[in-house]
Amino acid sequence: MKTTSSLLENAPVLLRDWATAFLPARARWFADSLIDIVAILAVFGLLFAFLTLAERKILGRVQNRPGPNRAGWFGLLQPFADGIKMLTKEDVVPAAADQVLHFLAPVVLLAFSILTFAVIPYGRNLVPLDLDAAVVFFFAASSSTELAVFMAGWASHNKYSLFAAMRALAQLVSYELPLLLSVVPVALATGTLSTTGIVAAQAGWKWGLVPRWLVFTPWGAAAFAVFMVSALAESNRSPFDLPEAESELIAGHLTEYSGFKYALFFMAEYFGMCALSGMAVTLFLGGWQAPLPALEFIPSYAWFAVKLLALLSGFIWIRATLPRLRIDQLTRLAWKLLVPLALVNLVTAGFWELSAGWQGAHQPLRWAVAIVLVAGPALLLGRSLGSGIGPRTYRYA
Amino acid sequence: MNAILLLIALATLGTAIVAMSGRNLLHSVLLLAVSWSGVAAFYLWAGAQFVAFAQVLVYLGAISMVVLFAVLLTRRAREDFGAPHNLTTRSRFAVAAGAAVAAVLLWAVSRSPLAGSKGPAPTVTVRDLGRQLLGQHAAALLVIGVLLTLALIGAVVLAAVDSPDFPEDAP
Amino acid sequence: MSPLHLCLAFSSLLFAVGLTGALSRGSSILVLLGLELMLNAANLNFIAFWRFGPAGSPATGVVFVLFSIAVAAAEAAVGLALIISLYRNQRNIRLPEATRLKG
Repeated sequence: MKTTSSLLENAPVLLRDWATAFLPARARWFADSLIDIVAILAVFGLLFAFLTLAERKILGRVQNRPGPNRAGWFGLLQPFADGIKMLTKEDVVPAAADQVLHFLAPVVLLAFSILTFAVIPYGRNLVPLDLDAAVVFFFAASSSTELAVFMAGWASHNKYSLFAAMRALAQLVSYELPLLLSVVPVALATGTLSTTGIVAAQAGWKWGLVPRWLVFTPWGAAAFAVFMVSALAESNRSPFDLPEAESELIAGHLTEYSGFKYALFFMAEYFGMCALSGMAVTLFLGGWQAPLPALEFIPSYAWFAVKLLALLSGFIWIRATLPRLRIDQLTRLAWKLLVPLALVNLVTAGFWELSAGWQGAHQPLRWAVAIVLVAGPALLLGRSLGSGIGPRTYRYA
Repeated sequence: MNAILLLIALATLGTAIVAMSGRNLLHSVLLLAVSWSGVAAFYLWAGAQFVAFAQVLVYLGAISMVVLFAVLLTRRAREDFGAPHNLTTRSRFAVAAGAAVAAVLLWAVSRSPLAGSKGPAPTVTVRDLGRQLLGQHAAALLVIGVLLTLALIGAVVLAAVDSPDFPEDAP
Repeated sequence: MSPLHLCLAFSSLLFAVGLTGALSRGSSILVLLGLELMLNAANLNFIAFWRFGPAGSPATGVVFVLFSIAVAAAEAAVGLALIISLYRNQRNIRLPEATRLKG
């Protein structure tokens, strides 16, 4: 195939090998890993910077205003201006706060968020860690970030921070279930938990035109929808950003943080968003694969970037459009709508896989049954849940 | 090889000892979370990757959350976090019992002629694990599923508020 | 001292630490945490024998540890629900004061 030998496609790996060629073989592994780490930090750090700018510009345009456009051409230097501001702000730590935990919370959060970048395949040979159980590693690292949220809320010695931290934890834990459950059918269909294996299982085109990505199956579309909603909630994005909403509990668990530590929290949130989008691209959208055979000359990491940016713009679009949910509304959504849907989706995926051999006139029947199995419970559950507008009952916070 | 094992063992045991003897309950819980991640590091060193990730996912991501919530929901005032740490008779006997158990176990371990294999770690792919879980151990898997469901329902029933008996806890 | 001996010594010491903690502390949450440490020590033993022991079926040790982790999670959840009920009854979680059967 033309692509595997094209220069642009192999450029990152060739560059890395050229840079470490002078080292002995044992040190080469270490240098390779270091270069991978630096590359990920650089790329995603810049992506974070320009994502904040893109978010403000898109939000501005949706709200019929230009967004930041003073700092350089079209506001392109705005992220760096924000960075300088954050770095030069005074770091105020409450005297009664738990100093060690207050300091460690953003560190732990950022450490585990960056760990999740290690298993995402960014291109054909561009996966930093090729693990056999990569998906479990990803979700283990992202669920360990919740500890840091708690540490931040408790160490601040502030009642509002504590309440907000407990609400944030309730939200994060509730949405972990649909997140994980929506990935189980993917493991069922592809037979592997390795991210490179999942991408490889989505290779090829049906009738030479339609890619075999999992999102183009009924259960895959439903799983993708559940995954994206849960990813919105896991990264505390609007409409699930109650934990950090200024009008609710001041800034939530981040109230007592200022300057660089606040910036670190937001960096961790955006990194979480990027990592979850990257995982969604890997699991459902075919990873780094091109949508059409004719477009394979474009390098694989470019396709990954295009898909990732499309999902991130979706995140920003949703933030600009939907209002915020209350804590009882969002936990209700998780437990009463998304978890049953994800479980039914597992059954649908099982049916889809077992009926893969149906021929001829049975194919439309297969599609019809799968679509009914996906849409039926969604409609029924959605109707019966109601709008959640009503008197609130708070139990503990 | 052994150096890494000693490092992991020291870190895990150290944080466990400090956690079990600490005054501040919350610090104990967080230090114990570090101890559990030390155990996960041991699993990684031994080559059981899937178990290591499952350990982090379950212990650090779920059990610590439950314990932290319980700590927060069961405190009266700030001072109540510190458990009074005078060496009572009970704690003296407990330390003696722990030391005795450790001594007996270490003596037994050191005297056993264990023929440890010198080869590389056995590789268990996730596929093999899945086949074993759903094949040979399918009954145990189903029982665990039922057990977890029952535990979930039981925990909710136990912890839910009964308004008539405890009016101050009602919303 | 083969690596297997070191691993077993490590897990024995961890078990002893968990036992001491569970027996000596008065707060019921710390007792529960001691129990979790003991379960972890047992899991360490399993993985040590899986890695260094005589080769049996390659997945048995791992499967056992997975089940053990699942059971530990269930036990922690139920234990903490019990602690919350205890708190509601006697307004603190000190185990030495939980001496009445009638509640």
